[in-house]
Amino acid sequence: MNREDFPMFNQDIIYFDNGATTFKPQIVIDKIKDYYENYSANAHRGDYDISYKVDLEYENTREKVVNFLNAKEKEEIIFTSGTTESLNMIASGFFAPIMEAGDEVIITTSEHASNVLPWFRLANEIGIKIKYIPLDDNYHVTIDNLKKVITPNTKVISIAYVTNVIGDIRPIKEITKLAHENNIFVVVDGAQSVPHLKTDVQDLDVDFLAFSAHKMLGPTGVGVLYGKRNLLEELKPINLGGGMNESFDNEQAIYLKELPHRLEAGTPNIAGVIGLGAAIDYLNNISMEKIHERELHLRNYLIEKLIKIPHIDILNLEADSGIVSFNVEGIFSQDVAYYLNKYNICVRAGNHCAKILKNATGVTNSIRISLYFYNTENEIDSLVELLQAKEKIEEEMI
Amino acid sequence: MDKEIKREIIMEHYSHPINRKRKEDGSYLKVNTNNSSCIDNLDIYIKIKNNIIEDIVFDGEACAISISSTSIMITNLIGKTVEEAFNFINNFEAMVNEEEYDALNLNEALVFEDIYKQSNRKNCALLPYKGIKKAIEDYLKTK
Repeated sequence: MNREDFPMFNQDIIYFDNGATTFKPQIVIDKIKDYYENYSANAHRGDYDISYKVDLEYENTREKVVNFLNAKEKEEIIFTSGTTESLNMIASGFFAPIMEAGDEVIITTSEHASNVLPWFRLANEIGIKIKYIPLDDNYHVTIDNLKKVITPNTKVISIAYVTNVIGDIRPIKEITKLAHENNIFVVVDGAQSVPHLKTDVQDLDVDFLAFSAHKMLGPTGVGVLYGKRNLLEELKPINLGGGMNESFDNEQAIYLKELPHRLEAGTPNIAGVIGLGAAIDYLNNISMEKIHERELHLRNYLIEKLIKIPHIDILNLEADSGIVSFNVEGIFSQDVAYYLNKYNICVRAGNHCAKILKNATGVTNSIRISLYFYNTENEIDSLVELLQAKEKIEEEMI
Repeated sequence: MDKEIKREIIMEHYSHPINRKRKEDGSYLKVNTNNSSCIDNLDIYIKIKNNIIEDIVFDGEACAISISSTSIMITNLIGKTVEEAFNFINNFEAMVNEEEYDALNLNEALVFEDIYKQSNRKNCALLPYKGIKKAIEDYLKTK
């Protein structure tokens, strides 16, 4: 689907690592090039025409993000360098000042490092406690299991909407409902969900959401921090500097700008933000519903074939996303990845930055296929054929 | 060396590596060695007495190339003096990095003479050497 829009497909390559990053359509590349070639000025100046155009395009992307997420207003959208920065800003800028020793954050063992380590820091520096929602037999989160770990000290639940190894979709709407009834904030890591599922922050009622542009056809180095406006007003800027202050005379007299600029110190990644705008247009043209439907179709197609191969152990049979994790019995996942690479098939082997997931699954590493709408049945056929004969893998893996 | 023979040696050391076990023994120095770009992660334990490497064992998870390279390295280093070991290590690294090297002394480690052609696997073959060098350097510091 739409493969002709992606210059990377001019190469003889099968790309199944979309959870790591996605390819970029020509229209996104052109948009970035257009900025550097035709109006390469700084933002927030407006004294001359090309700078004015920068502001228009930059703020135009913010409007696009507002619509894409069904947020209320542009003050809720902060551009960051990516999910990691967004989550660190939330933990250190919002929660660190309001949490005390003994307060609790609830996460899961299947979170990505960027939704674990910022909380570990608060545990080490402030003495907050980390609680884990027990995962069920499919490594999914259930409301019943969440209820078991909520205590009067719980201040925040911070979890991925879709996890990057198991690919399960968490019941965020139910989670926020339960959380808010108990005065608990909800932070959502949307890195693996926003590129694949329709996201409606008002319907989900999340307090904060973080995601990255490069996993949704956009450029690297750009991401978004969404927060409800009243909460973002309280988020302490980690970076101080240009573009975020109104005026200053001395250390007692510093006046900061209003949202969203207060949280975007320094010259932003202008080209990246503008490129994200083009990526959002592109995704909207296809429609997020169709993208999700296509990925589910491809996933089912892949699972149906993999399940018939006796030496393949699938880690996440139950998941409604394009992520399939598995191992070839008796062969180290990295060796399988090297073998597939000989046939120009790109897959990821390892623990996928979810280093505490092994506590739940007992599997320390795996091969991960992460699909996007542009993958094809033919590509899946090629992969499955190469995995059919274990002897062939053993023969060619070194 | 014939390609098929190389393959057999690598697979033999991968399937039946020498000295793959944990070692909780105070007379051994322990180092961890890992590749940040992949998931290879090994603990290497070395026992050096009177400047002679008496024993090396290892433990951990790694790919076929790393495991076999570790096993072959251990076979070659046990019994050597620290200086002889450094010579072997430097010689091996020179081969993998496409520099001048002495093929005569490398024995089975020669199976990796073509590994440079797969640049993403060079680090797999070098992994145990990175660890053992550090261990020997640590030993020399304690002397």
